[in-house]
Amino acid sequence: MTANTIGQNPSSFRLQSLKALETLALLLIIAFIMLPIIWLALTSIKPREKAYTTDIVFQPTLDNFRVIFADYTVIMNEGTDRERGELGRDMFPSVVNSVVVSGATILIAIPLATLAAYAFSRYSFFGNGVLLIWILTTQFIPAIVVAIPFFTLFRTLEVFGEPLLGTRLGLIIVNMSIVLPYAIWMIKGFVDALPGEIEEAAFVDGCNDFQILFFISLPLIRPGVLVASVFAFIMSWNEFLFALIIGREMRTMQVALMTTRGALGIMWELMAAAGLVVMVPIFFLAMFIRKNVVDGLTMGAVK
Amino acid sequence: MRKKRWVPWVLVGPALLIIVLTTIYPLVAALYFSFHKYTLRRPAQFAIQIGENGIHIDWSLLSLNNYALAFSDSRFINSLNVTFWFTVISVALSVVIGLFIAVIVQKGGRLHTLTKVLLIFPFAVSPALKGYSWRFMLNEEYGIYDLLIDQLIVVPINALLSIVNALPLVEIPLISESIVWLGDKFWALFMLAMSETWGWAPLIALMFVGALGSIDEQIYEAARIDGANRLQIFFRVTLPLLRSVILIVTMLKTIFSLKMFDQVVTMTGGGPVRATQTINYYIHQIGFVRSLDIGYASAMSYILVVVLTVCAALYVSLVLNRD
Repeated sequence: MTANTIGQNPSSFRLQSLKALETLALLLIIAFIMLPIIWLALTSIKPREKAYTTDIVFQPTLDNFRVIFADYTVIMNEGTDRERGELGRDMFPSVVNSVVVSGATILIAIPLATLAAYAFSRYSFFGNGVLLIWILTTQFIPAIVVAIPFFTLFRTLEVFGEPLLGTRLGLIIVNMSIVLPYAIWMIKGFVDALPGEIEEAAFVDGCNDFQILFFISLPLIRPGVLVASVFAFIMSWNEFLFALIIGREMRTMQVALMTTRGALGIMWELMAAAGLVVMVPIFFLAMFIRKNVVDGLTMGAVK
Repeated sequence: MRKKRWVPWVLVGPALLIIVLTTIYPLVAALYFSFHKYTLRRPAQFAIQIGENGIHIDWSLLSLNNYALAFSDSRFINSLNVTFWFTVISVALSVVIGLFIAVIVQKGGRLHTLTKVLLIFPFAVSPALKGYSWRFMLNEEYGIYDLLIDQLIVVPINALLSIVNALPLVEIPLISESIVWLGDKFWALFMLAMSETWGWAPLIALMFVGALGSIDEQIYEAARIDGANRLQIFFRVTLPLLRSVILIVTMLKTIFSLKMFDQVVTMTGGGPVRATQTINYYIHQIGFVRSLDIGYASAMSYILVVVLTVCAALYVSLVLNRD
C-alpha cells in the first residue's frame, strides 16, 4: 500500500499502524530472546580490557578459548605492552566428561525406553495405565531428593575398587532418573502414531512378538527414537544439580563453568567462552528436534 | 491379537527396574533419613539394624525432630517464602509473556516464521549458564541489561517526572539510575524470576502456538461478523478456548519453578541476605555445604515432596480431564 491510499482510507491507515506495531512487537521478542545469546557470543571473543565494558567495537580474539582449554599458563595479547599470563582452566577433560556421561546415559536409557514405550503402546497389561501415569509423575520429584540418598550411598558403594561418588558411572546412574521417563513418553508418542496394520499383517504371516518388534516396528520408529535420543542427550548435558553433588571433581561442563572464577570474582570473558562451548553444540541439536521439544517437555499433554 | 501375557513385562521390566531404583529408592531412603539424627560429620546410627540375630529395630533412634526443627527455623520459613514468590512471579510472567508471543507469532509472515524458529534457542541454554549470563548482564558497571534498562526505561520516565515536577503541583522522587539489581532484595528475586522467564516464555509460546493453530478459523470469522473487535475476540473467544491448555501449562510451569535450583547457585548464590534462597538451595546448603546435616536436609526435601505431590496430582487430573 502506498502513502497515498493511507491518506484516503482511514481504515487502511489503522491496518498499517497495526502492522507496524506487530513488526515492532516481533522485533522486541527477537531482541528479548537473542540478546543474552548474542552478548555471550560477543563477550567470548572480546579481549579482556573490552569484556568489562558495553563496547561492541573491538579487535576479536580467541585468547579466551585458549585460556579455558589450556592446562598451562597462557600468554595473552602477545606483542603488545599489555602482555600478561593467565592460568589455563584445563576444561578439555570436562568436555570429555560431559560427552561421556551424556552419551552413556542415552546409550543405556534409549534402548530400555524404546522397549518399554513399545509395550505401553501396543499391549494392554495389568496396571499399564497407572504405571504410565506413575512414570510421568516421577518427573515431579525434586532432584535434590534423589541426590541426597545417592550421595550417601555412593560414598561407600564401591565399583571396581573405588566409591561411585565423583565418578562418571555414578553420574550416569542418577541421570537415569530424569532421562528414562521422558524418553519412554516421547517414544511412546511415536509408536502410537504408527498404524498397527503392518504389525497385524506380520502376525498373520506367522511372526512372533519379538520378530515383529525388531524387524517391523523398530525400523519404522527409528526417526522417533533418534529424536528422543537427542532430547535425552540435551537433558543430561544441561543437568547441573547431580553433576554438582554426585559428579563433584569429575566436573561436567556445567560445573566447569564455575571454575572461571578468579581472585577478583568471575572472569566474564572466560565464562562467556566456556558458555559458548556448552551451548553451541546444543543449538544444533535443539534445531534438529525443534518440532518435538514441546511434546517432550510436556509429555504430550498440550498436543 | 497377541496372546503371550509375559511379553509386555519382559519389555517394560528393565526400564521399570531402573526407574524404581533411581526414584523409589531415594524417596524411601530420604524419608528414612529424615527421622534420624544424621550428619556427615560423624558415623550415623540407624534404627533398623541388621545383626546376627536378624533384624532389630531401635525405636528410640527415630524422631520427628528434623520436622519440628524445620518449622521453627526462620531460614527455612524464609526459603518457603522466597520459593513461593519466585514461583508466583516466574509462572505469571512466563505464561503471560508466552501467550503474548504466541498470539503475535502465530500468524503467517517471514518475520513471524523467523521468530518462531528462534523460540527454541533459550531451551538450548542450560539453566546454570542462564544464571551466569544474567548475572553478567545485570552488572551495575558494565552489564548490558543495566545499560538498556537505564537508557530505555529509567531515563525516559525520569524525564517525564521532571516535567511533572516542574509544575508546582506535586514532587515525585526520580528513579535511581544506579540500582544494583542483584544487590537489592526485591530486584534480585525479580531478576531471578526474569531469567527463568527468559528460558520458559518462548517454550510456553511454542506450546500455545500449537493450541492456537488448532482453533477453527471459522470461530474467529463468526465473531468478526458479529462485530467483535480484536481485543474482544482475544478475551471472549481465544482465551476461553485455550482455558484447559493454559491451566495445564501453568501447573507444569509451577512444578518446574518449585524445582528450580541451578540459577540460584550461578546467579545470586542465595543473596543478598538470603533474599533468593529457595527451598532447593537451602536444602543443598544444609546438606552439602554448611552443617552437612543429611537428616535435616531430607526432612526439608520431604516437605517439598509433599507440596510437589499435590501439584502433580492436580496436574495429572488436569491432563486426564482435558476434554
